Amino acid sequence: MSYTLIGKHEKDSRANRDGYVSAMLELMEQDSSMVHIDCDLMGCINTGKLQKAFPNQTFNAGIAEQNAMGVAAGMAATGLKVFIHSFGCFAARRAFDQAFLSAGYSRLPVHVIGSDPGVCAAFNGATHMPFEDCALYMTVPNAIVIDSCDYAQTYALTKQLAKQPEISYMRLIRKGFTTVYADGSDFEIGKGVTLRDGTDVTIIASGILVDEALKAEEALAAKGVSARVIDMHTWKPLDEELVIKAARETGAIVTAENHQVSCGLGSAVANVLVENCLVPQERVGIQNRFGQVGPQDFLMKEYNLTAEDIVAAAEKAIARKA
Amino acid sequence: MDKKQKMQELRVFAAEIRLETLKVIASRGFGHVGGSMSMADAMAVLYGEVMNIDPKNPRWEDRDWFVLSKGHGGPVMYATLGLKGYYPMESAYTLNQPNTKFPSHTDRTMTPGVDLTTGSLGQGMSEAVGAALGNKIQGKSSHVFVAIGDGEADEGEIWEAAQFAAHYQLDNLICLVDDNKRQLDGAVADVMSHGKGIGAKFDAFGWDVINVEDGNDVEQIYDAVQEAYKTKNKPIALILNTKKGKGATFAEPSGAHSSQPTQEQWDEAIAAAEAALAEIRGK
Ligand SMILES: Cc1ncc(C[n+]2csc(CCOP(=O)(O)OP(=O)(O)O)c2C)c(N)n1
Repeated sequence: MSYTLIGKHEKDSRANRDGYVSAMLELMEQDSSMVHIDCDLMGCINTGKLQKAFPNQTFNAGIAEQNAMGVAAGMAATGLKVFIHSFGCFAARRAFDQAFLSAGYSRLPVHVIGSDPGVCAAFNGATHMPFEDCALYMTVPNAIVIDSCDYAQTYALTKQLAKQPEISYMRLIRKGFTTVYADGSDFEIGKGVTLRDGTDVTIIASGILVDEALKAEEALAAKGVSARVIDMHTWKPLDEELVIKAARETGAIVTAENHQVSCGLGSAVANVLVENCLVPQERVGIQNRFGQVGPQDFLMKEYNLTAEDIVAAAEKAIARKA
Repeated sequence: MDKKQKMQELRVFAAEIRLETLKVIASRGFGHVGGSMSMADAMAVLYGEVMNIDPKNPRWEDRDWFVLSKGHGGPVMYATLGLKGYYPMESAYTLNQPNTKFPSHTDRTMTPGVDLTTGSLGQGMSEAVGAALGNKIQGKSSHVFVAIGDGEADEGEIWEAAQFAAHYQLDNLICLVDDNKRQLDGAVADVMSHGKGIGAKFDAFGWDVINVEDGNDVEQIYDAVQEAYKTKNKPIALILNTKKGKGATFAEPSGAHSSQPTQEQWDEAIAAAEAALAEIRGK
């Protein structure tokens, strides 16, 4: 695992989906057993490129996610490595029974890509805004669940997922958000990345909240508070060692996620703390609410997903230290 | 009023709906133009003539119901309901803005006149079937109309609902298929074809099927609904041969699914829709 942090809070000029597509183009070229299935949403994540370059390895299942998931499992059983995409809401909620049994329980390498996670669904609104997609996949024994944050990370983790023998789910931010990492950065599934070291509190974030966490660290530093920042791209299996170390060394934890806190990163971290090292934890994320329509920046404020919210949570967690 | 006059009024209403649909989407600058515009004529027939409704009392219990199962067509519904007086038309020019009552996909918790929530394709069909059964066993003589897309017909749920509706002989259910030959990734024939056709599928599921040769012609749609009313003990599917983007200068030629035209293109499209309305009014 070697990475270069950019973290200047600048908008990524590239769309994250192209991180997925570039990785898949290389994987498909090297390995004819790599397959991509889409559900009439190729236009949304540019997988038309895969279809053009590898028409025998790319399939459009139409608007029929349950069937697509079952087909993915069947193809995987014949020895293929199958990636399947829909919007996160449908990739999780709509096709979940098939994902759980046909793929998960059957121990087949089906890699599910869910685009437009949480508030990134923006103008598609409530019906398309999954705050529970990771929660569903986290209930599948052995599943890998990932919330990737930018182009470079999506590219690197797609390459890693292709080697995994069982089901996985990765959230894909469709557009360019912020650049966190330089190209060529590498990551290990299940290993969090400590981006900033600190002693007073640890912020554990993923996806679109990583950049907010970095901003929060800077704001806290200006107030004389030393915050550690961890990019926890893999929610399952969770890097428990890193969480415990952070709890022991900083004595307070803030989690930050674009997902319901009651069944996502916040709760996964809380589970570890309860069993190993009980310290104050505050959870930034969706608090038992449904989605709604609007621009992403408005939604991030509406659901309290900003650097300011992380700062306030950090101060609260620190104040709660015994 | 004789039928000729009635049809003229519906043609005017359809042109008004087209113009307002464009204005609603233009207020945000981008959106699902294609699948909204193809539905304008069917909406004009339903809300202009066929359906028994009360815009001042949207949840009136004896009303006819309408479910836009292809929920991304929200703007055409917002235009229609606004023109019917469910709310001031301008309020729909907040489409997809923060705290709007007019989200991308039709939502029963938000917009007066929206009977059921849709957006996850396939679900509206089952919901409509449920409403038809619910109304029926409570002795209502009303109808439930549901509109689905030809791409949406890929969903297994559509056919599970079709099977249920035929089994329970729901002759108070009329399904309009917006057969515009396109879905998100392109032509239906290329993305996921329908074997012997969507009409043949409904027929195999035990429905009465009426093919509407020009699904953008109000008279043909109107006649088909009158024909459908005669059916007993079966649900009815109207296959509307439509054009995606119909009447939107920037979307009709390509049949695009969603569009983000330039300001000039918006101005051109709205001017063209105004001219089309004036021309029809002049007839
Ligand atoms: C279950 C589900 N899968 C995918 C989508 C994303 N989606 C929205 S519209 C659309 C294409 C719909 O095509 P069609 O039903 O033919 O509608 P029309 O062409 O009339 O707009 C897709 C794939 C969705 N809304 N719901």
